[in-house]
Amino acid sequence: MGCTAADVVAALRAAATVVQEHRDELVRLDQAIGDADHGENLKRGFTAVLSRLDADPPDTPAKVLKLVATTLISTVGGAAGPLYGTAFLRASAAVGDATELDCPAVARALQAALDGVVARGKAVVGDKTMVDALTPAVTAAACADGSVAAALSAAADAAAEGASSTVPMVARKGRASYLGERSAGHMDPGARSTALLLRAFADAAAEA
Amino acid sequence: MTAAADTSRVGLVVVSHSDMLANGVAELAAQMAPDVSVQPVGGTEEGGLGTDYGAVVEALADADSGAGVVVLYDLGSAKMTAEMAVESADDPSRYAVVDAPLVEGAVAAAVAAQGGASLADVAATAEGAAGETTPATTPNRPSLHLVQGAVSAEVLLTNEVGLHARPAALLARTVAELDADVVVRYGAEEANAASVLALMGLSAPGGKSITVVATGKDAEEAVRRIEELAARGFDD
Repeated sequence: MGCTAADVVAALRAAATVVQEHRDELVRLDQAIGDADHGENLKRGFTAVLSRLDADPPDTPAKVLKLVATTLISTVGGAAGPLYGTAFLRASAAVGDATELDCPAVARALQAALDGVVARGKAVVGDKTMVDALTPAVTAAACADGSVAAALSAAADAAAEGASSTVPMVARKGRASYLGERSAGHMDPGARSTALLLRAFADAAAEA
Repeated sequence: MTAAADTSRVGLVVVSHSDMLANGVAELAAQMAPDVSVQPVGGTEEGGLGTDYGAVVEALADADSGAGVVVLYDLGSAKMTAEMAVESADDPSRYAVVDAPLVEGAVAAAVAAQGGASLADVAATAEGAAGETTPATTPNRPSLHLVQGAVSAEVLLTNEVGLHARPAALLARTVAELDADVVVRYGAEEANAASVLALMGLSAPGGKSITVVATGKDAEEAVRRIEELAARGFDD
């Protein structure tokens, strides 16, 4: 029923694959309004995550999430490192030492991840950042029937919509904010990668 | 360990996306402050543009000689990386990530640290550097000329460049060691001698005279040392 450490690892493998597949798209999005490194940075980060998971797979979901956090923090290089790193670190702390995560635990982890990203980057909804994808995702991740897969799928759909909502926005945070009005008309790469990751997690949960 | 803390100075860490930029800023700041540990950390592990969390953690430890460390950064994600590194430290209160102009802030902080200022004061000096590139005319403060017991002197700048960066830093450092409040005037403008940026902002050229006004216990000594410094042409 719940997600074991192995399930979380499987979800991260799926995420790494998706990041790899969308590397060029993320680079293109970041080229338009940023420093063109988001796709490559995330790819490098998740490649490192995979090799560390292979080398020494942790035995609780929290430990898996913490390993992801520390790996992303030390390997990503751009803003996504501290932001995703903080997100996974807070998610790890939120689920404690449970061996299986039920739906409320997953929802708690998502909320903690959002709180962490907001605390780290000081962005709010409407700033054209990953917060615009993660905020509606957290709201949508309701545990009506107790299914982790259903909650994550709803979160992923909401995140995709949130990412689309960043297209007309004028950036108020990050490198894109230097462009002012010229940042409008492009999707925020961080919001896009957030939606991609959540979709990968949801698909992995549905297969588990 | 604790014995060394008495003489240790606040260190600086310069976090940049670019290794060259971090090194350049550190070079400039260190020139002003020979006894301050200024650690540049820039670029990713692979040598690209970005910030390397592990390298920042190391730089924090390297820069800390017991009095704490002020951390300056270039862009937003460097700030986030610096803040994460500070949070991971055993005692985060020993580190201050400051929102300051990178170059002016680093130079001002280095000079303050050289003078033995505390962590809080070095941090405040860096953060205050944004508004100091032009000297304040301080209309609300009575001129030190009017203060009882002030010592003042006209000092000729015998060196070619006048109160440029290095001479200004030397002057500020000289004053920092003493128990005196010193103001330097050139033309209609006035600068606090403790602020190297304010001194530079006077744009006092070689061959011209500045007015030095000092108060406090070491006022006479402060004026004497500045006269001596100017007479030596600021060792140019």
